[in-house]
Amino acid sequence: MSEIASHVAPPLPAAADKFKFYGLWAGAAAALLLLPQIFTSGGSLTTFSLIGISIIFSLSYNILLGQTGMLSFGHAVYYGLGGFLAIHAINIITANKLPIPLPLVPLIGGLTGLFFAALLGWVSTKRSGTAFAMISLGVAELIASSALILRTFFGGEAGISANRTKLLRLFGWSFGPQIQIYYLVAAWTLIAVIAMYALTRTPLGRMCNAVRDNPERVQFVGYNPHTVRYLAFCFSGFFAGIAGALAAINFEIANSAYLGAVQSGTVLFATYIGGVGFFIGPIVGAIFVTFLSLGLSDLTPVWQLYFGLIFIAVVVFAPGGITGLLMMHRPLLKAGTLTQMLPSYLMALVPTLAMIVGLILSIETIVHYTVNPGDDSHIKAFGVSFDAASPTIWAMAAILLIGGFGVARKTWTWVGHAWDGATSVAREKGIAA
Amino acid sequence: MLELIVISTLNGILFGMLLFLMASGLTVIFSMLGVLNFAHASFYMLGAFFGFQISRWLGFWPALVIAPLLAGAIGAGVERFGLRRVHKNGHVAELLFTFGLAFVIEEVVQIIWGKSPVDFRVPPLLDFPAFTIFSTNYPAYKMFMLLVSIVIFAGLLIVLKKTRIGLIVQAALTHPHMVGHLGHNVGRIFMLVFGVGTALAAVAGVIAGPALVTQSNMAGLLGPILFVVVVVGGLGSLPGAFVASLLIGLVQTFAVSMNGSLAGAFGPLSPDYASTWLSDIWGVTIAQIAPIMPYLLLVLILIFRPMGLLGTRDT
Amino acid sequence: MRKLMTAAAFALPIFGALAMSGGAATAQETLKIGYIDPLSGGGASVGEVGLKTFQFLADELNAKGGIQGKKVEIVPLDNKTNPQESLIQAQKAIDAGVRYITQGNGSAVAGALSDFVTKYNERNPGKEVLFFNYAAVDPVLTNDKCSFWHFRWDANSDIKMEALTNYMKTAPAIKNVYLINQDYSFGQSVRTTARAMLAAKRPDIKIVGDELHPLLKITDFAPYVAKIKASGADTVVTGNWGQDFALLLKAAADAGLKVGWYTYYAGGTGGPTAVKQANLNHQVFAVGEGIPNVDVPGAQAVEKALRAKYDFSLFYPRAVNEMRMLAAAADKAKSIDPVKVAFALEGMEFDVLHGGKGVMRKDDHQFFQPIYIASFGERTEKEPFDEEKTGWGWKLVARIDTPATMLPTTCKMERPN
Repeated sequence: MSEIASHVAPPLPAAADKFKFYGLWAGAAAALLLLPQIFTSGGSLTTFSLIGISIIFSLSYNILLGQTGMLSFGHAVYYGLGGFLAIHAINIITANKLPIPLPLVPLIGGLTGLFFAALLGWVSTKRSGTAFAMISLGVAELIASSALILRTFFGGEAGISANRTKLLRLFGWSFGPQIQIYYLVAAWTLIAVIAMYALTRTPLGRMCNAVRDNPERVQFVGYNPHTVRYLAFCFSGFFAGIAGALAAINFEIANSAYLGAVQSGTVLFATYIGGVGFFIGPIVGAIFVTFLSLGLSDLTPVWQLYFGLIFIAVVVFAPGGITGLLMMHRPLLKAGTLTQMLPSYLMALVPTLAMIVGLILSIETIVHYTVNPGDDSHIKAFGVSFDAASPTIWAMAAILLIGGFGVARKTWTWVGHAWDGATSVAREKGIAA
Repeated sequence: MLELIVISTLNGILFGMLLFLMASGLTVIFSMLGVLNFAHASFYMLGAFFGFQISRWLGFWPALVIAPLLAGAIGAGVERFGLRRVHKNGHVAELLFTFGLAFVIEEVVQIIWGKSPVDFRVPPLLDFPAFTIFSTNYPAYKMFMLLVSIVIFAGLLIVLKKTRIGLIVQAALTHPHMVGHLGHNVGRIFMLVFGVGTALAAVAGVIAGPALVTQSNMAGLLGPILFVVVVVGGLGSLPGAFVASLLIGLVQTFAVSMNGSLAGAFGPLSPDYASTWLSDIWGVTIAQIAPIMPYLLLVLILIFRPMGLLGTRDT
Repeated sequence: MRKLMTAAAFALPIFGALAMSGGAATAQETLKIGYIDPLSGGGASVGEVGLKTFQFLADELNAKGGIQGKKVEIVPLDNKTNPQESLIQAQKAIDAGVRYITQGNGSAVAGALSDFVTKYNERNPGKEVLFFNYAAVDPVLTNDKCSFWHFRWDANSDIKMEALTNYMKTAPAIKNVYLINQDYSFGQSVRTTARAMLAAKRPDIKIVGDELHPLLKITDFAPYVAKIKASGADTVVTGNWGQDFALLLKAAADAGLKVGWYTYYAGGTGGPTAVKQANLNHQVFAVGEGIPNVDVPGAQAVEKALRAKYDFSLFYPRAVNEMRMLAAAADKAKSIDPVKVAFALEGMEFDVLHGGKGVMRKDDHQFFQPIYIASFGERTEKEPFDEEKTGWGWKLVARIDTPATMLPTTCKMERPN
């Protein structure tokens, strides 16, 4: 863990790297602008908007988990409250015809998140570790339950809805069409990501890392770890509030599901799967998990099973998250030994894929026989149709699964050897793995 | 009034003991391995479904023995082939592993037993009212539940405090290397603890299954209440979990029996505030907020007594 | 290291699969109905029954040549009982060429969908989408928050209460009523209308208790049953469903509580099993728009066919009415264009599955139909169907005709030009 953590705050870029650094941000901005030109359907615009929201939310969560080492089970509280306040703000602005345009509403959500984080944070952050995790769980349950009791503010389980198009218009943008919402989310995502990145470079950001790694030492040099945790918590609440407000604007509704355990769990998933040790990790995780949660249920009825298996696989095989997995290859790339790996990767990929296909075939066939025994046996899963009643399919599934597993085990040992070879070459060249 | 107090106390104790039954396994795992096992409720569900299936084939009593053994074996397997690999990556990784496992178990249960509730009945031997008090019947099955809880509590306490195995387990948790040097297999001890913990969850499942609804969403509906029991009681403290279960059971049951609200105590709110959020708070009865009391308790305990009621070490 | 590599291999095919699924075809030779309900998680048992019912009905229509010559296809979309997720699924459905969506589980979801469809149609003229609600019963959906694009086939909870109290006023044995409901909008509306209607129709009935408990959070109802018992109630009225219903009955049976149960959802998934387990023979009553054991040949034929295919009974007679009326309205409009179908549906009269006339009221798009009160218990030869393999079945107690279920509405509908 500590080895990965050292990547969080690399030294300030040298002057030569600065061009590359700003180029990266400019490239990201350009990509965000161009994306809707390539994928134009309403569904993909919604997906992109959700990904943007999820990126802000996951990054805000990583201020706690990755940077300050605090595991929270209730981060959705600040997200949800931000969302609710944003909806109320839209309704109040519309009713009183206040000269506030929609793009500023996320700021209201952010300030709400900040306010509640500041309010609830002081007692929560007194301790770190399990005590913090459990307090966050308790607070989250309390607030989520109160949302159903305080009906006037939270609107019961139906929630509060609003119409985003009735606010002061800028440049003739009504924010009715999804494309305009997409640009709004994209702009806020870019701002928030830059802000959160900048935060990691401030002395506070560094102190957060220090508190995570060694709170006692932090005390010795004259800082109060509690204060540092509290400040990190407040910032995290602020950005979570922005994400919540954007979600509320996107859906034009806020309800108790925003505050609930599922939302808190999803952000923990996304952040961890992406990789908590890297700034970019939660971004990757947000994209991955959003795609997974939106797309998987279309591909197969038992998506939860695959969802669970994928998470188990990532946790077991890629403890640094997806980003950690990719970043492992950086020394090889620098040493130019990455090409040594490719043949063994390709060799391992074939049986592994075979094993996965076999697994999917077996699962889907079993599901057909236990869940829908009376239905037509020609089933479709992951976009491929096959006959679950045919013995050829059964034999194929068994061969792929068992054979694939056997061969895959062998080939991954070769990958291991190739890896050792490639890294030792890299190490000889003086590039730290 | 007396009637309500007596009945509420009885109900509170019964509910508290059911909670302890469900939470005992989690206490063992959480306090000993430090693993936040989010799949604990899933093992509880597995126990209920195994119990249902085996009681169909062999009857309830064999099921009460076999189902926990099966679930315990699965639990031990999970520890051996899953958690142990993840352990070196820290507690968050372990936690997410159990999260994923909970998804998998729920879906597998749905694939095998379907999504609708199954008809898991109380065994005929215990299907009669044990006694009647103030014209309210108390079924023998609930008394059985109470008995099992107490037996498990006493049994665990004796094993941990008085037997050699218990002492080795306790030593392995604080000084794994030392115990390893003494020639014990620490890995096997951890596997054993996890297996026993999940088996206890399954015992709770077999027993609670007929009393509650045996359905594939029963794990999810249980929610994080079990963590509340363990943390409020104090990490590493079995008596603490026992007291916390009783406390939560009693608090919740008494809260349900009360109809008081701010409006009842101070008179109705002035009409000026009738449509503000204040009116919601004013009108809420104690009974309505009963189920969130445990979480309030959790937060208060962690703020004022972070080691829990009877705990010795800080969480 | 090796392990880390495996994960990469795990992730790759998923991305591939996601990429492939991107291009959903938008064929127009079929009439697609997006079915947005929980197909995973806690609500899945109910959502799945609904899905199979709709697929069964689509097959039935297709066997007769479809709607206006178009094949009917049900597109299942899993909303995980979450309003936000439902909106995403609705958007996805629209992308895939769906112009009709149907949903039933959860008034929160229905409210969000109705709101979404209304805004969508306003912002995308020419691409209108209709929302058919088959089970979400919050009265507000056809009152203050009504929409031209929303049609409801289930009787809303006020209508059911109207029917229930119309029956209760003829039962002199009822003297002390206890209300216990889930603490959310539906439970609240059951409780308030029950109070108001009982006070108007049977002023002599005493409300001896009025309880709200949190939704799906209670594992032990014994304390609540103790309260009911202490109140001396002879009748309990409850809108509880799912495990809140099953556990309430179990606790009541355990404690030996003897009362009459007037319920909304005793017939829901798991309900009959719970009643049988609690051994409450003909003490549990349910209100609904049809029961299997009504002696109407057409209805019994559908019931038989459905039971032959799946292992559940017809929970949603209203789904039958919904699909058949959609076909009738399309025939009337000679088009499957949603706007034309919507106008054709307004005020449409229809012979409902279990006999009698129903009408889709133009003012609020609420369907009115005969309502049945039935009790659950041992069967005679007049009741051929049992439920959930319990051996017990529904017995007709009363039928309330359409005119006696009509309630005023506060809906001020905005119609498109």
